[in-house]
Parts: sequence; C-alpha cells; structure tokens
Amino acid sequence: MTQPINNEASNAPRPNRPGGGLRSSAADYARTAKGVLFSSMFRYIVRRVIWGILMLLVVSALTFVIFYLLPAGDPAAIRAGRYATPARIAQIRHQLGLDRPVYYQYWVYMKALVVHFDFGTSFKTNLPVGGEIFRRLPVTFSVAIGAVIIWVAIGIPVGIISAIKRRSWLDRVTMGGSLVAISAPVYWLGLIALFLFSKDVGVIKVFGGSGSYVPFFQDPGAWFSSLILPWFVLAAAFTAFYARMVRGNLIETMNEDFIRTARAKGLSERRVVFRHGLRAALTPVVTMAGLDIGTLLGGAVLTETVFNIPGIGRLAYDSIIGSDLPMIQGTVLFGAFFIISANLIVDVLYAFLDPRVRY
Amino acid sequence: MTPEPPASDNAAATSRETSKSSSALLEIRDLHVHFRTRDGVVHAVEGAQLSVERSQTLGVVGESGSGKSVTAMTVIGLTRFPNATISGEIEFDGIDLVNLPDNQMRSVRGRRIAMIFQDPLSSLHPLYKVGWQIVEAIQTHEDVSTSEARTRAIEALHEVGIPSPEKRIDSYPHELSGGMRQRVMIAMALVLKPDVLIADEPTTALDVTVQAQILDLIRRLKDEYGTAVVMITHDLGVIAELADEVAVMYAGRVMEKAPREVLFTSPELPYTWGLMRSIPRLDAPRPDRLDSISGMPPSLINLPPGCPFHPRCPYVMDVCLTKEPELKQSEPGHLVSCHLEIKERQQIGRDLQTQYRS
Repeated sequence: MTQPINNEASNAPRPNRPGGGLRSSAADYARTAKGVLFSSMFRYIVRRVIWGILMLLVVSALTFVIFYLLPAGDPAAIRAGRYATPARIAQIRHQLGLDRPVYYQYWVYMKALVVHFDFGTSFKTNLPVGGEIFRRLPVTFSVAIGAVIIWVAIGIPVGIISAIKRRSWLDRVTMGGSLVAISAPVYWLGLIALFLFSKDVGVIKVFGGSGSYVPFFQDPGAWFSSLILPWFVLAAAFTAFYARMVRGNLIETMNEDFIRTARAKGLSERRVVFRHGLRAALTPVVTMAGLDIGTLLGGAVLTETVFNIPGIGRLAYDSIIGSDLPMIQGTVLFGAFFIISANLIVDVLYAFLDPRVRY
Repeated sequence: MTPEPPASDNAAATSRETSKSSSALLEIRDLHVHFRTRDGVVHAVEGAQLSVERSQTLGVVGESGSGKSVTAMTVIGLTRFPNATISGEIEFDGIDLVNLPDNQMRSVRGRRIAMIFQDPLSSLHPLYKVGWQIVEAIQTHEDVSTSEARTRAIEALHEVGIPSPEKRIDSYPHELSGGMRQRVMIAMALVLKPDVLIADEPTTALDVTVQAQILDLIRRLKDEYGTAVVMITHDLGVIAELADEVAVMYAGRVMEKAPREVLFTSPELPYTWGLMRSIPRLDAPRPDRLDSISGMPPSLINLPPGCPFHPRCPYVMDVCLTKEPELKQSEPGHLVSCHLEIKERQQIGRDLQTQYRS
C-alpha cells in the first residue's frame, strides 16, 4: 500500500527542499515523536517478555501438577513393558527420578532447562526432547503455513463479497456453508477427506493419504501432495470463521460515519469499500490471524493425528498416550511459547496498524 | 494505489460555467423519498420544497426524523439504496440530480456539492492522517500531483484557521480537538471550492464557544467563495446566527418557509411557535418549566391523516384531521402550510413574539 502521503518520505531529512526551514522543523518534530514512540514501545516489549517468561514458568508448573493429579498411565510401568516384575518397575522409576517428590522433579527439570536449555529426555524413547521437537518443527510449520494461506486467501475475499452483496444468494450460500465448516470437527472432516481423495483408500485417488508426509527438501511434489488434504481440513473451520468475521466487521464498518464522508467526497464505491472500509475492518482480523497462527505453530494436534503427520501436534498426542512427561512438558512449553510470542507480536503490530494505539 | 483520476468528465454534470436558468442554484421541488423496510414504507421526505442561491444560506430546522438529513443526503445521491424510492426534482445548476447516473453523480458530489457532518471524530477516517484524507478528496476530482495536492491541503487547513497546518496535516484525527476536527472537515469540503456546502448539524457535537467559531468560519468562507450553504440544524440559535432563509420541516414536509427576520418576528405555523417557545431565554421572565411541544414526532410509516402536525397542534380544527394543508404564500416570500386563517395566525405569531420581546 503506497499512500499519497508517505510517512517515511516525509520523515526523512530533506536538505534541498524549498522552504527547508519550516519543513525540516516539521521533520524533526515527526522524528522525535517517533523516537518517543519507539522507546516507550521498547519498554513495553521488555515488560511483556518478562511476563511471557513468568507465564511459561506457570505453564510448566501446571503441566507437572496436572500430570500427577490426573489419572494417567504409570510412565515406569509403560517403559518396563508388559511382563515386568515390580522390582524392575521400581528400578526404572528410580532411574527416571519418579520416586522423588514432585517439587524436586520440577526443580531438576527447570534447572536443566534454564541452565543448559535441556528439555530432558523422553521416558519412552530416551531421545532428547528438545532435539525431537526441533526436528518436527518444520513439519508443523509446513502444516500451518498452507492452512494459513488457504484461509486467508479464501476466507477474507469470501467475507468481503458476502458483506458487499449482503442478503444475496451468494451471501446466504457462503454463510450457510461456513456454518457447516465451523461445525464440522477436524477428525470427522479429515476422515471424509481421506476416504474421498487419498491415494490409498480414497474414492478418487489423487492426494497423499495418512502417513504419507515427506520433508519438503526431499521431494517437494510429494510434500505438497501429502499436505493438501490436511491443509484444507485444517483450514476449513478457520476459513469459515474468518469469512464470517470479515463479513461482520466490514458490514459494521460500512455503517460508520467516515464511510459516509468517503462517499460524500465522491469516491468510487470500490475505493470506499477497499481503502476506507476494509482498512478499518481488517485490523482486528490481523490480530486474530496472528493469534491463530501462533496456536497452530504449537501443533495442530487433531489434524496431525488424523493424517499421521510427524509434527509437534502428533508428538503431543503420542506423548500424552504414553505418559511421557518430559515430552508432554516440551510440547506444552513450545505451544505456550508460540502463543505468547504471537500475542506479543500482534500487540506490537497493532500500534502500526492503528495510530490510536500507543504503549 | 493512488486516488483515481477524475471520474469521466461528463460535460453536463461537471461544467463549472453557470448555465443560464431562471431557477436558483439548487432547487428541490416536490421531493419524495420513501424507504421500504420490514415494518412498512418509511415516508422520510414527502413533497419537500427548498431552494438556495449562491452566497446565500438556507437554514433547515426540524426535530429528529423530520427529513432534514434525508433531504440533504438525497441531494448528493447518498440515499440511493436498493430499498429507496426517490421522486420529484432536484435541480442543481441546470442538472437533474434525481436522475443523474451514479458515475456523474460522483463527480458532482464532493466537487460541486460538498457536505459536512455532525460528529467530526467519527466522520473522519481514524486510521488515515487528515492530510491524506484531504489529498484524497482533491485527487479524486482533479488530476494533480500528490505534492501539489498536499500544498493545497495545507493551504486549506490554513484557510480554516488551523495553526501550523504544515504540522497538523500529518496528524491523525484523534490527535486533534473537536473544533479542529470540524475545521478539517470543512477544509476537506471546501478545498475543491464547491458551489454548495451542505452542513448537517455541524456544531451539534461541539461545545458552545467552538460552535460560534465554526459558524463564523462557515459564514466567512461563504462570503469569500460565494458558496451556497444549506445549514441543517435543530438549533434555532444557529439559524438566527447564519441563515438568510429558513425552512421549517416536519414529517418530511416543508411546513413554513420565510426569510430569517420574518420567521423570527412573525412565524405563522403552530409548529414553529412551539419550537420558539421551547427555546430558553435569558431576557424573559423565567417560567417554572420550559415549554415543549406536546406529544411525539409522528411515525413516518403511519402518518396521521390530514395535517401531520394535528395530533400535537393546540389550534387543531376539524379540517386538519382530514385535509392536508398546502404550502401557500401568506406574504411575499413567506410560505406556510396551515389551515388557520392567515389573519388569525399572523396575530398569534406576533403576539408570541411581542410576549417574548417585551
């Protein structure tokens, strides 16, 4: 978006401008105003980062507590195997440190994490949790990015069209359809998609099925084919939700007084909708999208499980089934980290999207 | 994306030369605006008649829902909703605005007829700098460079009395005071030197001292540019300040029309009397409670038969219940729509005024 009055340009020093005196004082004014903004924003960010770290501490402690409070499989017994003797189980319990008090276990865990950035090792596989999560990060990222692109590329335009053509058949059909898409659970939609389109069991055998994921750098074509169904299944509810949100926001915005002003200025209806209406209507949508992307980066548990994609979501699911506490901790902390970061980024972004917001 | 080049230059719609015509610059004749809604047809404007000349100010008064704003919005084509029926004539400088195609309407709107609104904060886009918004208005109608438009925007801000406009042009609306915002709106409306400025309650959202400043500003700019002003308000004080001619609207109709002095010295319509009685006055004995017009403004869906004011009129007669009065000349330049005898209502009007003026 280039604006007729470009703020970067007007803030840059312009030595050879006619009437330079006045201009440069205006530029100085703008620069200092911006400087103040940034320093106060910097303080704000520091404060938020500290809060974020505290939040992660709370999350990790809660995960520990919940793990021990809620009935779950005994990790030692699971690791020992089916026909283990009680003595063997006790031995394993001791090895894993599970015979120590919970607060002590938490202390050991946090010490390793803070001092060595060590997320511990899996109870089940003995693999380092950190390495396992980082290995799976690109997978989860692949799942998230495609879904985001789909929902933004479909949801926002559909919302705009529905808002403009309000009460038309197009609006009714898309909004009715979106209700279905929002209501359809991922595990149901995922199975339907697999039964219809997957290469192995599908009616029309086109896309990769469950468990067909290959890394992008190994075979981009297969990567794409394996992810197309998960992307659409994951994006379905988001697309519908965003279409409805954009529609609602835009309809509301189009009733604002400043839209009437824009029309009274003699602007074309297209410009009124896109430059004036949409600009205001999309600001909250950007916020929501940021938060949703953050959540997805923490792992799309249902989608990854249904399609057997080896991402963080699938890892979280498996570790919960296997009572694998260090792995659960790791995935929860990663999820929390992404959500907290997304929150912070969105809040900072907001100051740029809406000049009324100051920190 | 930069603002589009000016919309198709249709000669008829955009020529700035005054076409020689006997009628006023802007003349509204027998305007009807109806909206079909779920509850029924809203008769927002019913046979309105108004006219305004260059350098003149027409004041339009009436309660909320009397059709003032709808009339104004209809003039610039902002009521062309799918559920609206608009009939009658709006003639502006020889152009028929009722039937003007949308794209030609757009080049009249903003360029030749500008409008400012009640609440300047919500009427300015909150996310764009005021300069951007003025530049956009200029570039919509004139093919000028952004820097030239910006220079003109600064001039316009200076013109409306905004201090250090070269700084203020980069302000966002929320960084300005209410009075400043309304000045920005006025600058944006007048930067293209329109022939007509429609001001829809421009001072309602402002405090009293700022109101006076804004009215002064509008008056000064009107005299300077020869702009015709349509001042819509429910505040008779504003009318007394500014208007040359006054139209009193009720239930979508113009019920009384007179030059300002005539309206304030010898109003002839029971509704106008009611409006005047309900103004608190410092120079009269203070009554226990302020007079108000009894009853409620009528529903525009189910209008009472006969004269629309009859349910609230203290002078109601039998004929008022069945027959709607016509807007007829009572004295030269003074039009009244009432069944009362001319002599009688002139007497009551004068009594009312002397009662207050003594």
